[in-house]
Amino acid sequence: MFWETVRLSLTSIRRNLLRSFLTLLGIVIGVAAVIGMLTIGSGTTEKVKQDIAKLGSNLLVVRPARPDRSGSTSFTPRPLTEKDVAGLRSGLENVRAVAAVAQSTVRVVYGAQNISAQVTGTDDEYLAARDWNLVLGRSFTESEVRGGANVCILGETVRKQFFGAGDPDGQSVRVGKTSCTVIGVLESKGTSGFGQDQDNVVMMPLLGFQRRIAGNRDIDSINVAAQDGVSTTQVQSDIEGILRDTRRIAPDADINFEVRDMTQVADAMTSATTTMTGMLGAVAAVSLLVGGIGIMNIMLVSVTERTREIGIRLAIGAHERHILMQFLVEATVLSLLGGLIGIALGLGIAGLAAVSMSIPFAPSLAVILMAVGFSAMIGMVFGFFPALRGARLDPIEALRHE
Amino acid sequence: MAPPLIRFDKVWKSYGQGEARVNALAGVDLAIDPGQFVAIMGPSGSGKSTAMNIIGCLDTPTAGVYAFRGVDAGRLDRNRRAMLRNLYIGFVFQGYNLLPRTTAAENVELPLIYRGVGASERRKRALKALAQVGLTGREHHTPGELSGGQQQRVAIARAIVTQPTLLVADEPTGNLDTARSHEIMDLLTGLNDNFGLTIVMVTHEADIAAYAHRTIEFRDGRVSADTRNHELA
Repeated sequence: MFWETVRLSLTSIRRNLLRSFLTLLGIVIGVAAVIGMLTIGSGTTEKVKQDIAKLGSNLLVVRPARPDRSGSTSFTPRPLTEKDVAGLRSGLENVRAVAAVAQSTVRVVYGAQNISAQVTGTDDEYLAARDWNLVLGRSFTESEVRGGANVCILGETVRKQFFGAGDPDGQSVRVGKTSCTVIGVLESKGTSGFGQDQDNVVMMPLLGFQRRIAGNRDIDSINVAAQDGVSTTQVQSDIEGILRDTRRIAPDADINFEVRDMTQVADAMTSATTTMTGMLGAVAAVSLLVGGIGIMNIMLVSVTERTREIGIRLAIGAHERHILMQFLVEATVLSLLGGLIGIALGLGIAGLAAVSMSIPFAPSLAVILMAVGFSAMIGMVFGFFPALRGARLDPIEALRHE
Repeated sequence: MAPPLIRFDKVWKSYGQGEARVNALAGVDLAIDPGQFVAIMGPSGSGKSTAMNIIGCLDTPTAGVYAFRGVDAGRLDRNRRAMLRNLYIGFVFQGYNLLPRTTAAENVELPLIYRGVGASERRKRALKALAQVGLTGREHHTPGELSGGQQQRVAIARAIVTQPTLLVADEPTGNLDTARSHEIMDLLTGLNDNFGLTIVMVTHEADIAAYAHRTIEFRDGRVSADTRNHELA
């Protein structure tokens, strides 16, 4: 009896092919929008998470505080110094690495080629702090760091530009006005979440950078990597305590540096994209509702159009529930069909978006099952009223209907 | 003697309220025995269609008792009457009332679906019923591909496929020419003679009514004449 009804509804859908298709379209667009939005959204969240992970886990970045635009600051601006770095190195517990960093964008030349790269002066702990590995060569030795030797490590973009398939190890490149020997190549990190090429870098010992490129002893930032499982909030307050000491800031005065916890930044960004995804999904869900109303409309038309058929069926012994079932199943089959097409379309759109926006394609089985269930439910809910209307018809009136 | 298959006991049927109240049936008493072939005649508004709808368990009396097979059918709810129709009553209408774009065999199977008969058994019985009305070879034609007379035969096959006790026919020849009309009447007479099928037929043509054993005439909601036809005598 049930399969009989399903077959009957498929027949009826086939007989009004164009109308069925147009009705389906509402559900197709609604489901495709929801699936597409949620899949693209979770892909974006995934991408943000990956980008944050590339920055290094449990990373805290200390920078000197900048006076705000109005100039009315409550602290005395001062750059970070060797003393601050030494204080953190000796005073902090539960940290994997402490690395002083100074950076600037400098023209790097090799033979006839040149590239404008981010030149970073730092030490051997920087790579550990950033969870960054070498694919070739070695990191700085202690003596190179201490003496500010003329050695450098290239990022993937710089290596490709200068050496292509050739071996960069031991070659000499010119960085600004000074030249240095390549001792290693960094693994590729790709583009950051902010669209910056993280591989367009050249790293050299901090002292060498300060002397030969920056021309001062300033330290732009100190990267601190906490050990796994250690609360970054605790490390943050430890850093503040130590720096108040080394920078001689009174306990009640404002600090003239800032400590940024990258874990918190990551959480904030992730929750922002999740909220965005939810909102887009909700907007898309409205179109599903519109699709449902379309189903209801067409089922009402269908019931009116087939009043005589209903009359015949009732006369020869159909019960109310038989008629109810017939139209309910028809509406459900219709919207379920729309749902399935919509899922395929939505995943297709998300797939295309994933390729063109270079984000991961992250379809979720839960979301797909939800869409199937939801579209079936829409059919039942919006099909119920028209079906009931059909089932309640008076057979005599229905038979007289032209 | 067997109890009557159909018994009207002071049956009233009224429509509307107060001043606008119209009595379609005004206290009708009537009995039809099993195996009878009865023609119901009367001008429009005489109450004959209302009587037929009550006989067919499509409608219920406002007052009085309608007993079908000794059961007070007037007090049954919609679904019970639907069950009664499905089990004991076959319908033939003036406009054939077949499902469009549905083959003859599928149309005939329809009442069996609501009886919960399995697909292969349904098909077997439908083909047999179609053979009985002389439509072998037309099983897979849709109503659009059949003539009026053939469509009415499909409708008769659909009515008898459940082997009903009663056949209710509402102007079965109303849309047909004289030759086709007489073919259909021969078919109905045959069903009455061979299977003892009780037939109640509404018509307003005297030569069609002449096929019946008995003619009941309605006028103003009452039975105005009840005559036995010569054939039965």
